[in-house]
Amino acid sequence: MNRPQTLTQKIVARAAGRAHVDVGEVVTCNIDLAMMHDSGGPRRLQPMLKRLGASIWDPSKVVVVSDHYVPAVDAESASILKLTREFVRDHKIERFHDMQGICHVVLPENGHLRPGMFVVGGDSHSPTGGAFGCFMFGVGATEMCGAVVTGEIWLKTPGTILLNWRGKLGPMVSAKDMMLALCKRLGMGGAEYQVVQYAGDAISGLPMFERMTLCNMAAELGAQVGLIAPDAVTEYFLAERGVTNIDTARWQGDAGAEYLRVEEFDASDLAPQVAAPHSPANSGPAAEQRGVAIHQAYIGACTGAKINDLRMAASVLRGKRVAPNVRLLVAPATARATAEAAADGTLAALAEAGAILMPSGCGACAGYGAGVLAEDEVCIASTARNFKGRMGASSSKVYLGSPYTVAAAAVAGMIVDPREVAS
Amino acid sequence: MTGRVWLFGDDIDTDMLAPGLYMRGGMDELIKHCLEAADPEFAKNVRPGDVVVGGRNFGIGSSREQAAQALVMLGVSAVLAVSFAGIFYRNALNLGLMALVCPEAKSIRQGQALTVEPENSRAIDPTTNASFACEPLPPHLIAMVRAGGLLAHLEQRLKASRT
Ligand code: SF4
Repeated sequence: MNRPQTLTQKIVARAAGRAHVDVGEVVTCNIDLAMMHDSGGPRRLQPMLKRLGASIWDPSKVVVVSDHYVPAVDAESASILKLTREFVRDHKIERFHDMQGICHVVLPENGHLRPGMFVVGGDSHSPTGGAFGCFMFGVGATEMCGAVVTGEIWLKTPGTILLNWRGKLGPMVSAKDMMLALCKRLGMGGAEYQVVQYAGDAISGLPMFERMTLCNMAAELGAQVGLIAPDAVTEYFLAERGVTNIDTARWQGDAGAEYLRVEEFDASDLAPQVAAPHSPANSGPAAEQRGVAIHQAYIGACTGAKINDLRMAASVLRGKRVAPNVRLLVAPATARATAEAAADGTLAALAEAGAILMPSGCGACAGYGAGVLAEDEVCIASTARNFKGRMGASSSKVYLGSPYTVAAAAVAGMIVDPREVAS
Repeated sequence: MTGRVWLFGDDIDTDMLAPGLYMRGGMDELIKHCLEAADPEFAKNVRPGDVVVGGRNFGIGSSREQAAQALVMLGVSAVLAVSFAGIFYRNALNLGLMALVCPEAKSIRQGQALTVEPENSRAIDPTTNASFACEPLPPHLIAMVRAGGLLAHLEQRLKASRT
């Protein structure tokens, strides 16, 4: 008889070829999928593979996404993108998404994820995949090289912190607000490289794109993985993207499984949140930052520019105008999000309000692409991080908020509670 | 290994270690800006063998390996911190940078000399003989770091499997 296991233990055990693993046990896991992008992927792996004289263990289990340096802004970024294309050609990697959007959103959009998978990603926001019941975590380029040469990776089986959310989010309050509140409550890195699993009726009621925001920002909590057990919402979303035959019942934690701790939250009384510079944990109700003047509002990133994020922003902006002397930049997370937003009138609402539309990609989020900040400029962004200097000049300041809050700030020219602008 | 200490606080993130703004320009450019947001003197004055000491959550942020690589290229011989962010920690060891969890790191002082002894799970102040306990690192990981990191280790493994 096996002892009860958490969802984490079940996925790790399966990947390690075992019936059971204990928390803290070091195991070697077989990798179901490896995802890398143009910045940390081919350009870094190429010389390492050459040095080793090694090839990729199974190109059909590798996905490559060009999203960081897209579109090229100079000869250097162009050559990185070119190298990426040559790499996938030479290594016969068929799952290649060139300038189709940000990797963490492109992956599920194209049906690459299914519950129970063990996935490594060459990016720190790889926990996003946990929204689909995958154990997915970020690794650096050298470790990725080891992973794709051997098809396996060592893991110290993490424990699971269960975050139980009951109730229902109020109007203009979103998953991003839940995460900013959690960053404050647990602290940056408070999850200490364990798994955070989100559960409760507030989570069951969230669409997949919102669940992705929760798992995405598990990285800010310092978790190795963010996880949500699959349900009918997951099945429906994946079926629409061609992923069928999902064993939802199998990928649930057992009754009586042991958690590191269980924390309770009520979604109903949560107000829109804003994180002040320079940490996502530096957060509190948006109303407390009311009046902070901004130069730029940025709707972008894997965290905050998925189709439903764009819809949130549009719902605030419809029939309004961006304040004078403020620029609102919108970089949809994927080309598909752009197409969907074009089809349902979201893009028109954004454009009519005065938003500047940008290409799909990481853009200004980490200072790689267009839309970076000058010295002393202030920005409010729907991204995940506001570390010092991340979006441009080291004296620039970035506040974080939900797409509602960023759009409301663009209209008001300063930070406000978005419910104020809407009413 | 003995070196001078460069002391930093909590939550030193990967954007400080490897600022995104300079990521395109290659490592030679990047390392000039390593940690400048926390201490503008660091990249200019750090000497080979020096030791970086941090507080909680050292290396929080992105998976960019350049964060650890910058310290390696600047000649830093070891990083001690009260705690590390998971990805940075794995990256550091994989790149051959000795990273030790040192709960007592807060009593280490800026500029002091420090001898790091991973095999003995401690660091020592050679002047006063004061000892700072570190969490033990498994011997196979110490060996991997000493060998120069994961690539060197893989190289050996592949060589062995080919012969
Ligand atoms: S959008 Fe930002 S957070 Fe997301 S993968 Fe790109 S750089 Fe990272």
